[in-house]
Order: sequence, then structure tokens, then C-alpha cells
Amino acid sequence: MLEACSLTCSKRDRTLFEGLSLAINAGELLYLRGPNGAGKTSLLRLLTGLSEPENGRICYNGKDIKHTRADYFSDLLYLGHKSGTNGSLSALDNLNFWLAQHDIHQSTEVLYRVLETIGLVGLEDVPVRYLSAGQQRRVALSRLWLKPAKVWVLDEPFTALDSKGIYLLENLMKQHIQNGGLAIVTSHQPLSENAGAHRVFDLEYRF
Amino acid sequence: MSLYQGIFKRDMHIAFKQKAELVQPLMFLLMVVTLFPLGVSPSPDTLQRIGPGVIWIAAILSSLMAMERLFRDDFQDGSLEQYVLSGMALPAVSTVKVVAHWLVSFVPVLLLSPLLAMFLNLTFDMYVALLLTLILGTPLLSLIGAIAVGLTVGLQKGGVLLALLLIPVFIPLLIFATSAVDSAALQLPYYPQLAIIAAMLLLAAALAPFAIAYSLKVSQN
Repeated sequence: MLEACSLTCSKRDRTLFEGLSLAINAGELLYLRGPNGAGKTSLLRLLTGLSEPENGRICYNGKDIKHTRADYFSDLLYLGHKSGTNGSLSALDNLNFWLAQHDIHQSTEVLYRVLETIGLVGLEDVPVRYLSAGQQRRVALSRLWLKPAKVWVLDEPFTALDSKGIYLLENLMKQHIQNGGLAIVTSHQPLSENAGAHRVFDLEYRF
Repeated sequence: MSLYQGIFKRDMHIAFKQKAELVQPLMFLLMVVTLFPLGVSPSPDTLQRIGPGVIWIAAILSSLMAMERLFRDDFQDGSLEQYVLSGMALPAVSTVKVVAHWLVSFVPVLLLSPLLAMFLNLTFDMYVALLLTLILGTPLLSLIGAIAVGLTVGLQKGGVLLALLLIPVFIPLLIFATSAVDSAALQLPYYPQLAIIAAMLLLAAALAPFAIAYSLKVSQN
């Protein structure tokens, strides 16, 4: 479903990867591994279309994402290192504005329910900046429940999460895969069996 | 359309949550203007002569302080990435953000301008001319400034660079704006100067959104 053909990416005159090809089908979880600086985040940003590859192309459903950006983006959910939440807004406001931008309509009850699931009861109206790192991460992750996206691109989603949070997220990923979605995840800690079956893709550090 | 309304609402919401950032540039503007009677000369004639220039220079300098707010937070917290991935047209998003920014940073300057005009002993005709140049000129500051903010947002300590990039670009605006007020002081027509500022504004309004969108895209790489 999502295909990358002979991608090349270099940063500051260092080639991160060259001629990298990879295909992910619906119902598949790809676990992207590699040492720091190997280019995991760069690869994910290429796959989301945030940056453009020097060479090669990325196809979604057989079509180059450069030409079908709107369709691709409506099926895509990307969570990066940066949470994408504004510190002076509350969790609820952040999610509401994000939903409005992405043209998704969810009732307030659903929002409250998701925030409850993710363990932020009573903190819905607190400015996000006053929450702990793990709680801020949870606010960002709650988008996974709210946007019915087929493609999940998650860059280090487990950072700052406690063991309960990790368990919750891994289960959610498993469910997503079972429902025919696909996900690409980077992480420095191995995925447990809660995440279900997954394929490992190793990215090597190049000099 | 409602998508863009959402962005507008969000920006206004954030602006009023961060009141300090709204008020600081205004206080700065006020202080710079009050320094001139103290530093140059308190004589009403001198003040009247330098007044328009002082107000415009202070407005430009204070706008540089407020300018960074336009995209800095959104870039640092990753909201900008989410804007790009929302599939909305980036030029339209930039336009909405610039309008919101203009409303919260420059409309207060317009409201403050009668006070400034009184400080510097401007006549009524001069004040009207000043107000017109501010109404036409400040959106231009926002539009052009946003391009530079988009380009420097990914840099550490982009603030000084922003000033160095922008001040030379604002020189024509400063020349025509102060010349309009000078003409008003001499009871001469100042429509030509206003027309030139308006022409610059229209050109910027037509082209800047695309330049801003491109600069934001570049800063994502």
C-alpha cells in the first residue's frame, strides 16, 4: 500500500541512505530500527511528504504522493518528536483546533472519553505546558484515537511514557493493524508481544 | 472555509493567552517615542518635525519584536508540521495567520497612535496622514515580515538576523510614509505617497502568501 522506491537522502553532505526501497502493506506493522543518526526520522519525514527525497519516489496505493497529497494526507497520521501541541492551550483546546484543521468532526463526549482512556481525567483544561512530559506525549497520542487514518507514522511514540502508557499504545497499534491499517514505528526499545506481529527494518549508520 | 476559521480562532485564542507577548512590543513602542522629547529636544517645533519619522521607526522596531511570534511557537512545538500534513493550502494558511497577527499586533498600534501624535505635537492633518500611512503600511510590515520569519524560524537566535534582513526592506515604506506626513504638514496633497504604499501593499498581498508558504516548506527540510 505504501511503497518507497530507491530513496536517497543526505544531510550536510553525509549520505544517510541511498537506493532505499521498502514496501508496507495493509495490516502490517513495520518497526524501524537503527542507531542514532542513522536517518530514521529523515526516512519518516520523507514517507510523510514533509520533506522531499533527493532521488526516488514514494507511492501510496500505486500513486506518487507528490501528485495526490490531499488524498494521502487524509489517510495519514504523523506524530513526530515534536508534539504539535501549543503549551498555552489546554489539552481539549489543542485537540479541538487540531480536529478542525484536519476537518474531522468528533463530539465533545468522544474527546472526553479519549482523554479518559489515555489517562488525563481532570487535566482536560490545564494548559499543556503545565503537564509532565509523559502527559504531554499522551495528549499528542490521543490523536490516534480521533483520526480514522489508515497510515500511522510514529516517530519514537514511547518516549517519556510509563509502562501503562506503553501497554496502551502497543495494544492500540495491534488493533489498528488488525483492522487493516498500517503503521511505521521507530523506537529504541524493542516492541513487546502486545504490539502483535511486526516486521523489523534495520537502518544502518553510514559514514 | 471553516478550516481556515479554525486557524484564525486558534491564533487569536493563543494571542490572548500570551498577553505579555502582546503588550511588550506596545510598551517598547511607547517608550521609544517618549525617549525622543527627552533625548533630542522638548521644543514643540522640533518634535513636530521629527514626529512622523519617530513614530514610524518605533513602529518598525517594535514590529520586529512581535514578528517572530508569527511562526516561532508553531515551528518549535511541531504545529507547523501538522498544518502541512492537514492538506490545507499553505498560502491560505499563511494569509490567515498574517491577518490574525496583524490584528493583534498592529491594530493596538493604530489605537495608540492618537496618543503618540499628541506626544510629538502633530497637527490634526499630520495625524490623519500618519494614520492612513499606518493603516496601509502595517499590513505590508506583516506580510513581508512573515516571509523573513518563515526563512529564519528554523535557526537558533534568528531574531537579530530577522532584523538585519527586514530593516533594509522597510526603507522604501519609511520614506514614503514620512514624506506623506511631511506633505500633510505643509497642506500639500499626499495621495501620491499613499498610492505608492497601497501599490506595494497590493503587490505584497498578491505574492507574499506564496513566498511565505515556500519559506515554511523550506524550513521543514
